[in-house]
Amino acid sequence: MGYQVSPAGADAVLKELSAHYRVWAPRRFAGGGAFSDTDCVRYGEIQSVTEIVFDEKSRFSFKEALTPPSQTMFYFTESQMTEPEFPEKPALIFLRSCDLHAVRRLDQMYLRSGSPDYYYARLRENARFVLMGCRECFDSCFCADMGTNISDNYDLSIEPSGGSYLLDCRVPEWDALLAAQAEKTAEVVPSHVTQTRTRVSIPADLDISVMKSSIWDEYSKRCINCGRCNFSCPTCTCFTVQDLFYSDNAKTGERRRVMASCMVDGFTDMAGGGSYRKDNGQRMRFKVLHKVLDFRQRSGFQMCVGCGRCDDVCPEYISFSHLINRLGDAMKEVSGRDAK
Amino acid sequence: MMQNEYRPFLSEIKEVIRHTEVEYTFRMEYHGPVKPGQFFELSLPKYGEAPISVSGIEDGLIDFTIRKVGKVTDEIFEQYVGSSLFIRGPYGNGFDLEQFRGRELVIVAGGTGVSPVRGVISYFADHPGESRGVHLIAGFKNPDEILFKKDFARWRQQIDVTMTIDAGEPTEEYRVGLVTSFIPGLRLQDRSAAEAIVAGPPAMIRFSAAALVAAGFPEEHIWISQSRKMCCGMGKCGHCKVNDTYICLDGPVFNYTRGKTLID
Repeated sequence: MGYQVSPAGADAVLKELSAHYRVWAPRRFAGGGAFSDTDCVRYGEIQSVTEIVFDEKSRFSFKEALTPPSQTMFYFTESQMTEPEFPEKPALIFLRSCDLHAVRRLDQMYLRSGSPDYYYARLRENARFVLMGCRECFDSCFCADMGTNISDNYDLSIEPSGGSYLLDCRVPEWDALLAAQAEKTAEVVPSHVTQTRTRVSIPADLDISVMKSSIWDEYSKRCINCGRCNFSCPTCTCFTVQDLFYSDNAKTGERRRVMASCMVDGFTDMAGGGSYRKDNGQRMRFKVLHKVLDFRQRSGFQMCVGCGRCDDVCPEYISFSHLINRLGDAMKEVSGRDAK
Repeated sequence: MMQNEYRPFLSEIKEVIRHTEVEYTFRMEYHGPVKPGQFFELSLPKYGEAPISVSGIEDGLIDFTIRKVGKVTDEIFEQYVGSSLFIRGPYGNGFDLEQFRGRELVIVAGGTGVSPVRGVISYFADHPGESRGVHLIAGFKNPDEILFKKDFARWRQQIDVTMTIDAGEPTEEYRVGLVTSFIPGLRLQDRSAAEAIVAGPPAMIRFSAAALVAAGFPEEHIWISQSRKMCCGMGKCGHCKVNDTYICLDGPVFNYTRGKTLID
């Protein structure tokens, strides 16, 4: 059912839902930007719908609600190993269509590749998703070309409209709650973009031979392997397991996993000194081909959802979408034909 | 409730065998199916986990031959008989012994690369009727780094063993030179029908496989065992991924036709 709801009404709905869910949405962290007096829009828990930032793209993605950047796996106390407590309430996550498509990528990695991941499954179980409609794209978005611009597997949709909010509810148990707060019922179809300013085209003949192309060499110098692209990506899933003991009581400690980046030094380091892909250009190749080639080969669908965050956050202004568009020439180069 | 696959279990150290100053075999309690070439994540709480190959399998026991080279293994070397380590696994595909049954078998191993193939060597050495002969070429950097001396003494009675060190003076026990230099001289009944296994450091695997191909081995008869950084063993942490392949899930044992395409 579709509804038009005032901001106060939407907050009343949110308050009711907050009794059962931890509500995550992109919100403004004043002064939290990389430079002085700049803000950062990223995910956090909210109390009011007015906290949600609709007119900017979040720098980091919703994935932090399901795969925390640092997550305790076990607590150690002498011979005991105990699991941490999980939040009592599942997450209710406000996100855009590209990000809702990214949930399917996370599910593929954590639940369907190999045995299911206990920690992800616990946070993912009973999580609900609120689709934030997009009336227009941002500069770096390329969702339409990745086929992620439309989502219909949401539980609720929301977008601001003339001082109110338009919502489409797919969860029958929430209808009474929304109806009680609605200004009126309405036919609501979440907005989506059909064309983006940034366009990408993945060559149909793309295969692993492209790793021999010279295009990667340029990134050996340009990329500074900071890993921002990975940490902001809604589909990057890699993690490193670390143990530590507490400095004020070395008998106790914990095992945790932290977000890892295939661009950052140390990702492949083995005890004894072995390591792979020391060159940043080759790390770029590894990442790009995971996003648009080898994940698809294993899973049947592309990993990249076209959110464009990696382009937004790169301190060296390296554009992932531009790189995808160079792959056609790179394939011509490696297949012996002349590049344009 | 879903099982937490990351939760390790305690395994008692039954015996510690010292090979060198920095390489020990820890014989641990384990009940369950396991194959040579598979690996476990070994851990000591507060120090970390490390993926270690199974280097021996007996009833109720598994061996881990560990080189003291990192934070976790340094701490493991402080543990003795009677104490316990946390382990989880086994992970990976391991070697399929059926693949080699009734065949002539060549095994090329370098350093701790002997660990993942030790179970295969022992099996066919102890069951001479089940293969058409085993040829082992094992290389170590120097005499001080030779592992499994007792095993080698036994294997010499059972199979064709060439032990070599990288540099120095040859003795009755070992020759001098890289393992690759002994591949062309192998005296085999039929190269085109024999199977070969290669395990060791990446460069050694690359050159040994190339030497086997040059010596007339079909690529589909060559098997390699890979190693990478691994934080999960379940195809999730991403550290061991090589293009579309997860070493932990799809390997660590690969047929060379696929293994040669694994370029990091």
